[in-house]
Amino acid sequence: MIGNFRGVRAIYAFEMARFGRTFWTSLLLPVITTTLYFVVFGSAIGSRMSAVGDVPYGAFIVPGLMMLTMFTESISNASFGIYMPKWTGTIYEMLSSPMSPLELLIAYVGAAATKSVIIGAIIFATAHLFVDVQVAHPLLMAAFMVLMAVTFCLFGFIIGIWAQSFEQLQVIPLLVVYPLTFLGGAFYSIDMLPAAWRALTLFNPVVYLISGFRWTFFGRGDVGIGVSMGAVAIFLALCLAVIFWVFRTGYRLKN
Amino acid sequence: MTAVLQISNLGKTYKSGHRALSGVDLTIDKGEIFALLGPNGAGKTTLIGIVCGIVTPSEGTVTVGGHDHQRDYRAARSMIGLVPQELHTDAFEKVITTVSFSRGLFGKPRDPAFIEQLLRDLSLWDKRNAKILELSGGMKRRVMIAKALSHEPEILFLDEPTAGVDVELRRDMWNMVRGLRDRGVTIILTTHYIEEAEEMADRVGVISKGKLILVEDKDALIKKLGRKTLTLNLSEPLAALPAGLDDWSLEIAGEGHELVYEFDSQAEATGVPSLLRRLSDLGIPFRDLHTRQSSLEEIFVGLVHESKSDGAGAQGATA
Repeated sequence: MIGNFRGVRAIYAFEMARFGRTFWTSLLLPVITTTLYFVVFGSAIGSRMSAVGDVPYGAFIVPGLMMLTMFTESISNASFGIYMPKWTGTIYEMLSSPMSPLELLIAYVGAAATKSVIIGAIIFATAHLFVDVQVAHPLLMAAFMVLMAVTFCLFGFIIGIWAQSFEQLQVIPLLVVYPLTFLGGAFYSIDMLPAAWRALTLFNPVVYLISGFRWTFFGRGDVGIGVSMGAVAIFLALCLAVIFWVFRTGYRLKN
Repeated sequence: MTAVLQISNLGKTYKSGHRALSGVDLTIDKGEIFALLGPNGAGKTTLIGIVCGIVTPSEGTVTVGGHDHQRDYRAARSMIGLVPQELHTDAFEKVITTVSFSRGLFGKPRDPAFIEQLLRDLSLWDKRNAKILELSGGMKRRVMIAKALSHEPEILFLDEPTAGVDVELRRDMWNMVRGLRDRGVTIILTTHYIEEAEEMADRVGVISKGKLILVEDKDALIKKLGRKTLTLNLSEPLAALPAGLDDWSLEIAGEGHELVYEFDSQAEATGVPSLLRRLSDLGIPFRDLHTRQSSLEEIFVGLVHESKSDGAGAQGATA
């Protein structure tokens, strides 16, 4: 399946080096954001909130916080990774190299997903400074993190190929993904909402993703774990289908 | 000679409906330097783009070293190095990193000794740790060449290699290309500097409006299509052409001091000996004479002009 392993490694290393140049910012940003969220939601507001189910509010928001940051980071890193060569023109080299589309995808998405998982882990570690979080299903939780990172990086990859300007690169993450995640139960259980809102929220696909991730922590979520897994599978399949079509037609890659 | 690149019936119509290439047939032999000439927008870059995998052809086939460039793209592309016309670089990368990256991308194992030699050959070794954005345009061009050569390709495409390059670097580049050819690398370059093709190429192809209107051995082309000019430096200036010289289409130049006669060097009777006899009969003395072969540039301009005016340039040009 992979014929040009060295090529995959070259792009993967190139992308990781790009992240490495901004290593301290990349590291510091999630730590600071997490701290701010805990100060605001955990201490200021959280102290006045009852526990959600039997989970203390501070611990309850950890999975949502991890997902929120991982979604946005995955999309921005993966979209930027493929958009940059298009913008600078260096894409000519990828297209003229003996790399299969699948290999290009693995290299770019693999590197972006690696960074997302690292950031997720940093947030997880930082959260421990503020609250006591127990993870009911550690292996499933790790698997879910990787799966989410890969899926959203695929989504970001599609945006990076579609985008023809830096503005377009930003528009979907900021106007679609961020609000959907914020309203998708990152910081609350949808059970807390009035019935009408709850019904509406169920149309938000992100609800199922966050719920599933929360399930791996506390053994329960807004919807069943099976439903969550189904939603993840559908999203992943959709992204793969679009990417398959992009590579078949050369959409916005080749003339 | 073995063919290393075979292009047959290649055509490309862009989405906009623009027909960039049509019916291109071309065979490139191993180890030759082939120059593709044509005015801007003639289809040179599209042709290169298709062979290298950047542009999808509308019809036709390309085989590189016997490998179909789409079905067997790995083998085909591994043989090719491409230096595009534009200076596309990763501005923040170091020279040595970006060149090593290209080698990896093409699936070759690391070889620091080879990369060092390559950078030395291109006078880039001293700049190996400089970021690309710190380099001058000429140095960036060298980096592009180093990237294209990093995986030891058998065929090198140079798309307008000397556009916007100073004279010294152009000379360097020509020497480098000759050095590569000596090592058995096949080189295909596009240019609109005719001087470059004249200096470097073994064979020349002329492309105009998406059609390859001529492919010919360079020397043969100059000989075949070339016209010669005979210039006589007269002892006494002439105010007008004397009667009796009407049989030759002569022109007076240099304020009457020169008599210019253009003739077909391949013709049975060039008209030169009879002209000289007639001049002596008429008592028109001359101090000196010289003949000049027309350049590739004059031939090229003639060809492209012809293909634009009647669309039957191929027949017209080779007749």
